[in-house]
Amino acid sequence: MAEHGGCCPPMDLFRSEPMHLVQVIIPIESARLTVSYLGDIGLIQFKDLNAEKSPFQRTYAGQIKRCAELARKLRFFKDQMSKADVKPSAKSDAKAEFNLDELEVKLGELEAELTEINGNSEKLQRSYNELVEYKLVLQKAGEFFKEAQSRAAAQQTEVSSQQAAEESLETPLLKDQESTADQGKQVKLGFLTGLVPKGRSMAFERILFRATRGNVFLRQSSVDEAVIDPNSGEKVEKNVFVVFFSGERAKSKILKICEAFGANRYPFAEDLGKQAQMITEVSGRISELKTTIDAGLLHRANLLETIGNQYEQWSELVRKEKSIYHTLNMLSIDVTKKCLVAEGWSPIFATQQIQDALQQATVDSKSQVGAIFQVLHTKELPPTYFRTNKFTESFQTIVDAYGVAKYQEANPGVYTVVTFPFLFAVMFGDWGHGICILLATLFLIFREKKYSSQKLGDIMEMTFGGRYVILLMALFSIYTGLIYNEFFSVPFELFSPSAYACRDAACSEATTIGLIKARDTYPFGVDPAWHGSRSELPFLNSLKMKMSILLGVAQMNLGIILSFFNALYFRNPVNVWFQFIPQMIFLNGLFGYLSLLIIVKWCTGSQADLYHVMIYMFLSPTDDLGENQLFPNQKTVQLVLLLLSLIAVPWMLLPKPFILKAQHNRTHQGQSYTPLEGTEDSLQVEAGHDAHGHGEFEFSEVFVHQLIHTIEFVLGAVSNTASYLRLWALSLAHSELSTVFYEKVLLLAWGYNNIIILIVGIIVFIFATVGVLLVMETLSAFLHALRLHWVEFQNKFYEGDGYKFAPFSFALLSDEDE
Amino acid sequence: MYGFEAMTFNIHGGYLEAIVRGHRSGLLTAADYNNLCQCETLDDIKMHLTATEYGPYLQNEPSPLHTTTIVEKCTLKLVDEYKHMLCQATEPLSTFLEYITYGHMIDNVVLIVTGTLHERDVQELLEKCHPLGMFDSIATLAVAQNMRELYRLVLVDTPLAPYFSECITSEDLDDMNIEIMRNTLYKAYLEDFYRFCQKLGGATAEIMSDLLAFEADRRAVNITINSIGTELTRDDRRKLYSSFGLLYPYGHEELAVCEDIDQVRGVMEKYPPYQSIFSKLSYGESQMLDKAFYEEEVKRLCLSFEQQFHYGVFFAYMRLKEQEIRNLMWISECVAQNQKSRVHDSVVFIF
Repeated sequence: MAEHGGCCPPMDLFRSEPMHLVQVIIPIESARLTVSYLGDIGLIQFKDLNAEKSPFQRTYAGQIKRCAELARKLRFFKDQMSKADVKPSAKSDAKAEFNLDELEVKLGELEAELTEINGNSEKLQRSYNELVEYKLVLQKAGEFFKEAQSRAAAQQTEVSSQQAAEESLETPLLKDQESTADQGKQVKLGFLTGLVPKGRSMAFERILFRATRGNVFLRQSSVDEAVIDPNSGEKVEKNVFVVFFSGERAKSKILKICEAFGANRYPFAEDLGKQAQMITEVSGRISELKTTIDAGLLHRANLLETIGNQYEQWSELVRKEKSIYHTLNMLSIDVTKKCLVAEGWSPIFATQQIQDALQQATVDSKSQVGAIFQVLHTKELPPTYFRTNKFTESFQTIVDAYGVAKYQEANPGVYTVVTFPFLFAVMFGDWGHGICILLATLFLIFREKKYSSQKLGDIMEMTFGGRYVILLMALFSIYTGLIYNEFFSVPFELFSPSAYACRDAACSEATTIGLIKARDTYPFGVDPAWHGSRSELPFLNSLKMKMSILLGVAQMNLGIILSFFNALYFRNPVNVWFQFIPQMIFLNGLFGYLSLLIIVKWCTGSQADLYHVMIYMFLSPTDDLGENQLFPNQKTVQLVLLLLSLIAVPWMLLPKPFILKAQHNRTHQGQSYTPLEGTEDSLQVEAGHDAHGHGEFEFSEVFVHQLIHTIEFVLGAVSNTASYLRLWALSLAHSELSTVFYEKVLLLAWGYNNIIILIVGIIVFIFATVGVLLVMETLSAFLHALRLHWVEFQNKFYEGDGYKFAPFSFALLSDEDE
Repeated sequence: MYGFEAMTFNIHGGYLEAIVRGHRSGLLTAADYNNLCQCETLDDIKMHLTATEYGPYLQNEPSPLHTTTIVEKCTLKLVDEYKHMLCQATEPLSTFLEYITYGHMIDNVVLIVTGTLHERDVQELLEKCHPLGMFDSIATLAVAQNMRELYRLVLVDTPLAPYFSECITSEDLDDMNIEIMRNTLYKAYLEDFYRFCQKLGGATAEIMSDLLAFEADRRAVNITINSIGTELTRDDRRKLYSSFGLLYPYGHEELAVCEDIDQVRGVMEKYPPYQSIFSKLSYGESQMLDKAFYEEEVKRLCLSFEQQFHYGVFFAYMRLKEQEIRNLMWISECVAQNQKSRVHDSVVFIF
């Protein structure tokens, strides 16, 4: 079908690639390699022949589990690498070939090594953190004790001095005894020291108080910087506490509470000398541990480095293997367990490639038997596959967003390449704005290589994806902008001076009435003299409105003609005679005629009122046209057209359902004589589409369907034509908006003769132009162009109920991952 | 919020209701359960679950898997979702969400207290606690010797404090009065929750009172069945019934005097909604009662999603998810212990 080279360019896009259902019988020993080669080609879409089996009941579930396990290990490495700030090198230089078994062993070893190192360093880290905490406790608690002692000493002296002072007066006899008793008790006081997280210190204190009924003395002091908790390994702000208590019961309670609050306790000697000794001891051990930990970390970093070198390669391999086994799981296994049967769709042009790959796989896997490749016949609808390039892809996406084309139906994507940017530009006609957009999109196109390899944001991604659409949109809007003669709403005398000149000096107020034609007609586009004149709007409105109708009628005719080609391609004469022809007559009898009138009026310069003509063509077709007559015999022509249009409606509605019924009856009668279906058919999967051919013929349903179609077309002819008037409306809105920004912001600011106001004015103008005109107006014009294509154009012929070709391909694999 | 929820609900509750409905569509379906029930090993279960919403939580678990890991990870997902919703919630929804966890809090308190009574390790007990019912000083519970201390030391800081007013005694803790404490707390909690929902009004009150009434009735039946043959007096038993629900008050009078399971059945069959539950059971059987109640509960919870603009969906979702985790635990236990014939005994399909 698709002949490349020669005289004609490839016509791939007009209809989707011809596909066929192929069956490949692969000996089991070469299955993996075969699927792998087919994945490299990426032109075959495997059908799931085991849909009724759950994932773990399938043949290769074990392998998939292995791959998942490998992927988990790789994720573990990645996690470790990102924690240790090791970046996987983009592409490794040593391209070592691995197979899955080797990789499994290797990854297993590496994982074991890494977990061991982690475990060791965790243990070391833990004791290190404990020592750090211990040191803190020693320091802080030492401070408490020192403080307490000095205070106690001070108190003692105070008490003694008081005693000395009060001795002369009545001194209680028991006082001495009491204080000695106090000292005796003090000896029994136990204490605990440790660290408690700062956030929970209040609750800790409260619970301690409650649990011991207040018979407790707690001192806390906050540690300045956060400490790493030995148990959780997280940084926490902590308080050092010392708690004094009396009695064993209280001790056990306090111990339990400490445990509950995650407070780490450390032994503490009251003796100052011992404290100092312990501090030096602990510091020594800390520095010792530090060197050990550093050595461990270095070792770990080295290991991760080696992993990082090959990480990408491994993960790609695992991804590939997993996808291969997923595909193999979709194949049905033969009863003898000797071979696998694959079924799938592939484009016809790829047949040779696939067969080569199969042979290659047979050779490479040293298999005794080759794979068998055969084409199956089926009534199932094949998937739709367009071979797009980076330019046509985005246009095809616009069409696919509405619905994927039915297999081999006419593809509106081809026409969209031109009509979409053109209709956009009709609404966005300003060559200044066009140049701005052109520059932006050229920037994207020149940096294409860079951007396509990296991840972009959501909106950026969308803009980048549609860069060629935007390029054409910009070029077309420069073109229409030149026709409208608007550059940021300012007209320029680009091609020649204006054709009009003032009759005399009195016509300072620019109205067209004071102007006379002085030169030849302005050669291209709208004469600049129209701009800013009082009759600018009536003139441009009339022009754009009529132009919109012409464009609309042309595009709708194209749609109907495409339905003719569809009918021709699918050998459906009913659709030609009872759909295409009456539709053409109806649309052109009314709105084609209107278009003709518009052209005649433009050419002859007649002043006929077209509204009047059209309305009275329906209301009183026999009346005389009077001054609205544009050409001789117009009345007769109108009568004929009106009658033809009236006939076209029942023509569309009635015959088709009856003919379909008759056809169905005929085939049904014939069927009783046909022999049983061939054995070949048993291989085919029964498709939903078959129901259409063999199922019951519901006449009422078909009739209602046809009725809806007819009504939709007849009403649609009017409403769709009216819908194209949005071209005029948006174009008007665009030019008016840009005029407002130019006149009310830029010119107003200019008028003040003040540099600051001017700068502010320019800034406001730039922001308004970019924000409102370049971004929002572009979006709205884009959406309206989209609507005109999806609704007004495509509903004439496009079914859009196909499904997309989704081949098994390694190239697509990396895109969908992550 | 007084009957005009449709006008104002979405201002504060709309986002979260959308979230919770999204979560609901992530619940496992009957097809998922069918597949899970066919699994041969825990790895198969993992493989199947990684294809569901649980994927991110399970995919990084190394392969020899235990039932506890599966349950733990699934619970973790529930907790994450709950915390996310709680963070986003405003009053009164945040209070409502907090109410949902109080039940777990009571269970955790009871678990720790019973555990320490039997000299278990506190850390070990803490691991068994439901993460939704954790509060700051929960580990301190081990210190307490009697109810009064329990209250004074720890629970006074928790939301459970008001529920404790009826069970402050100086008696030492033993299994019996811990169980009574649990039920008293639960009674007070349900009544409080019920009052709170009534205060919210509108569809929330309507739906939640139905759901809570069912919960209260189920507890009443369970208390009755469990206390048959114990030294609990009739009056004490009656005290443990919540003062609302379909059985209140006449059903409670009758339940209080029941002596065996068939009498309970006789009482319950007078109430049409429960008739269907008991009609599934044969006489004298109480084993399947739990499952029958769970099935009925799941049915009611699912129905609450049919109505919009109320908080019942949050309650329903949490309950359904817990049921799902129970199902998963049962299935994985059956698979792990090669008891696949019993796999359907306790699984309640949600959809």
